[in-house]
Amino acid sequence: MRKINTQTIEQNVYSMAMRAGVNLTASCKAALMNAEKAESGAAKFALQTLLQNCETASKNDMPVCQDTGMSVVILKIGQQVFLEGKPLIKAVNDGVRRAYADGYFRKSICDPVTRENTGDNTPAAVHTEITEGDAVEIIFMPKGFGSENMSRLFMLKPAQGVNGIIDAITQTVQLAGSRPCPPVYVGVGIGGSFDTCAYLAKKALTRDIGSFNKRADIAEIERAALEKINGLDIGCQGFHGKVTALGVACEWAHTHIAGLPVAVNIQCHCVRCEKVRI
Amino acid sequence: MKKINLPITKKDAESLKAGESVLISGVILTARDCAHKRIFEILDDGAPLPFKIKNAVIYYAGPCPAKPENASGSCGPTTSARMESFAPRLLDLGLSAVIGKGEMNDETIAAIIKNKAVYFAAIGGAGALYGKAIKSSECIAFPELLSEAVYKLEVEDFPAVVAYDCRGGSIY
Repeated sequence: MRKINTQTIEQNVYSMAMRAGVNLTASCKAALMNAEKAESGAAKFALQTLLQNCETASKNDMPVCQDTGMSVVILKIGQQVFLEGKPLIKAVNDGVRRAYADGYFRKSICDPVTRENTGDNTPAAVHTEITEGDAVEIIFMPKGFGSENMSRLFMLKPAQGVNGIIDAITQTVQLAGSRPCPPVYVGVGIGGSFDTCAYLAKKALTRDIGSFNKRADIAEIERAALEKINGLDIGCQGFHGKVTALGVACEWAHTHIAGLPVAVNIQCHCVRCEKVRI
Repeated sequence: MKKINLPITKKDAESLKAGESVLISGVILTARDCAHKRIFEILDDGAPLPFKIKNAVIYYAGPCPAKPENASGSCGPTTSARMESFAPRLLDLGLSAVIGKGEMNDETIAAIIKNKAVYFAAIGGAGALYGKAIKSSECIAFPELLSEAVYKLEVEDFPAVVAYDCRGGSIY
């Protein structure tokens, strides 16, 4: 058994949030640079502006996007870990609260009905998984809602199969159009139940852009969907062009004989994701 | 690149063509979901608004807090489609332009044409760059809404693209 104080979790969440608010992931930056080379006209202008924005953000230690998001935190906790100290979820929220104050990040979390802002960007959306071993892995992803709003969940018929999955992904991006800040990164959950399918889609977005699923048939869905999406001519900001998505990442789970759930979680071009293993 | 100094006259609006990149300088007002709700409650009550809509430019945005040494925090555009149920009435009241990101509905496009207004698309995600283009920021209404309050911003060389022009042209 390994003892880890939740203070350590809090401190890590704090520094991950501080970094994530200001920097894009390396794979996102590289994908934007490639997109800039491929485009022309207004889409190229927009991509150049975005690349310049990355520099401005890092140089001035300013949030790369004002939507510093809802804090999505995934904790993979080894079953040999004993967590001591303050309650785990409280530790995560305390880390988020301090980072959003110290980083001058926007506080975007509110009551869903009264719309009253909590004022400190908490609570975070926390997921926990129990894994083998004695380590704790933390993934911190600030998720903007311009893109989150364009996400969809389908309960397809099993007969719709692979083509149905690819159509569901493409249709979601097409309906979103210029609204979610394309070029987007598309996270897809295939299978599971209604709830786990959506979580798979979110987890897919924590993968590096350009990575493929280990399963060849799933990777083929990723490639086929990306090609179809990039034929939609939406382009950066909806200004038309060849790059509407930077990537498609699918994660899968076993499902029921009667169903084929497909969740499509849209991420804007501002991919921010930090990973730490303790 | 074409430079635009606010306020925009109808003649200025007529000279703009969808697809062209511009640099905007002058005074703009931020308003997003909650601020629009409040503006409409006041209008429906027939009460005076805390700021003038006529000839104003509304920027769909909610900034990050400013660091002590800066005029503003990061402040890029938010999705305009969420404000399309509000935009036509405000354009009819004399709003000269809106700035946001992404497509808007046919009613908004019709109101832009009818009122010789313009819709500028700012580059979504370029928050830090826009924060730097803001030279001063002052909260002028609904401070309790925090980032959703109405801020009066003075901007200089704020990059945008003409998305809908007053002749029905569209970049989308």
